[in-house]
Amino acid sequence: MQLQSMYQDIILDHYRNPHGRGLREPFEAEVHHVNPTCGDEVTLRVHLDGDTIADVSYEGMGCSISQASVSAMYDLVIGQSVEQALETGEHFMTLMQSKGDASVAEKLEDELEDAVAFAGVSKYPARVKCALMSWMALKDASARALSSAHPTAPTGGTLS
Amino acid sequence: MTQTVSRPAASSGEAREPTLPLDVEAIRADFPILTRTVRDGKRLVYLDSGATSQKPRSVLDAERWFYENVNAAPHRGAHQLAEEATGAYEAARATIGAFIGAPENEIVFTRNSTESINLVAYALSNAATAKEPEFRRYAVGQGDEIVVTEMEHHANLLPWQQLCERTGATLRWLGLTDGGRLDLADLATVVNERTKLVAVTQQSNILGTINPLGEIIARAHGVGALVLVDGAQSVPHQPVDVTELGADFLVFSGHKMLGPTGVGVLWGRYDVLDALPPFLTGGSMIEVVRMEGSTFAAPPQRFEAGVPMTAQVIGLAAAVEYLQGLGMDRVEEHEKVLTGYALAKLAEIPGVTVIGPPDTVARGGAISFTVEGIHPHDVGQVLDDLGIAVRVGHHCAWPVVRRYGVPATTRATFYVHTGYDDIDALVEGVRAAQRFFGVTPEEATA
Repeated sequence: MQLQSMYQDIILDHYRNPHGRGLREPFEAEVHHVNPTCGDEVTLRVHLDGDTIADVSYEGMGCSISQASVSAMYDLVIGQSVEQALETGEHFMTLMQSKGDASVAEKLEDELEDAVAFAGVSKYPARVKCALMSWMALKDASARALSSAHPTAPTGGTLS
Repeated sequence: MTQTVSRPAASSGEAREPTLPLDVEAIRADFPILTRTVRDGKRLVYLDSGATSQKPRSVLDAERWFYENVNAAPHRGAHQLAEEATGAYEAARATIGAFIGAPENEIVFTRNSTESINLVAYALSNAATAKEPEFRRYAVGQGDEIVVTEMEHHANLLPWQQLCERTGATLRWLGLTDGGRLDLADLATVVNERTKLVAVTQQSNILGTINPLGEIIARAHGVGALVLVDGAQSVPHQPVDVTELGADFLVFSGHKMLGPTGVGVLWGRYDVLDALPPFLTGGSMIEVVRMEGSTFAAPPQRFEAGVPMTAQVIGLAAAVEYLQGLGMDRVEEHEKVLTGYALAKLAEIPGVTVIGPPDTVARGGAISFTVEGIHPHDVGQVLDDLGIAVRVGHHCAWPVVRRYGVPATTRATFYVHTGYDDIDALVEGVRAAQRFFGVTPEEATA
């Protein structure tokens, strides 16, 4: 079976025992993202302390990959600045586009920690969007949280 | 203990199962794609015909024959190829019409069922602003109602939602019972004097339910409404005759019935088609064109703007001939036997719930199910790893999965090349998924 390459134990652990799940107060922005091809959805809140991500809370339903991805993301981004978190998201995107190239995963091990286990997903184009949904939601929510924290900041410019 | 999936070489079933109405081995030999392997050498178990069907060699040969020998734009030009292309295109129209008991001038070629439905929906709103009084007969506007059901594929829902938004008409719908059937308790109030059109599927693409169209059509016609039947999942799988059906429109897609992609059919009663303004306009749908304004051809040409998908139409005629060679009665019976077998085998797996009618009464071969503790995507992934192609998700019928309180389902659909071995593989694959995700519920027999 090729399945083990996608369903790493780390992924299944996050799926069965998700970290940080549940919607919490306070928060500056809440977003709802869906995957229209399959109906998976996530509601995600971001709470900032200055420009630092103090909390990411979420509820969602979906496959093991989408649910494990949001859990692994939670572990990574808490305590990061929004800028760092978005950069981590870019690394995760690079991993998802690696089509199973192990050298890409190797280079990103430090940046992505547990999330590097999703490398196997990159071999299955139909599942990549499952893994990316929560990262897209985080990007959206942190942009909104920042603009509500800095209402005069120009949109689309630098983040800090 | 091994997790190897047992795949009996013979497709004639286990000793106690009835012999299938169709000769599956002979039929499989007609489908080139079924000889390929997937996911590291595994036999392809294709249980996704409901999304799109595979194509027999005769369909592929027909398209190739057209391009290599005849290719020209039909209904244009005076050269020999143009004549032959026109002849082949119109002969295909007659073949496809005869398949559903319709004269050729009631057959309109479109891209697929989705486009056929949009054609009707746009014609009904175009009717409201048509300058020709004869095209206003079926105009839809404020105060009118369009009726659909909660069971519809998005293709038979969104065009009607949009029609209502364009015209100010109201969309109403018939709900579903817990058992996966249309709830007709309030048919007489939902379909009323204000109803202009009822759009309903003959066979649900997700639940498998075959609907009691006679009752719905009788009520609709009783109040003067038109009826459009979505035959995308019925025409490929059961005999359908439009004179018996009694509807005003029937739509279906070529690619779901062994034909090519890019060709679909709108059948309409001639007097209804003749009273509708065009949807797409342009070349070959015209009568007289002047800079100041134009008049249009009679149906079906009125609804076929531009050079048509000629090779695909000829391929679809070949698909129809292939199905006629098997006999649609036998195709229907074949799938009924397989559906009964699959429902019984799936019912033996603890944790598996079928969404839709639990037996083969008024039911086709689309079987949607959930597996407790495993998301359908993950079920589909394990099945894929074993070479089994199924559909997962909401199957373009989001309101249906919402109605039954599940995020998505896994769906298996059958066709003429499906055998007992395919269903055995599916059942073993579901058990493999349960083992892989460690959710195997306690079984009665260990």
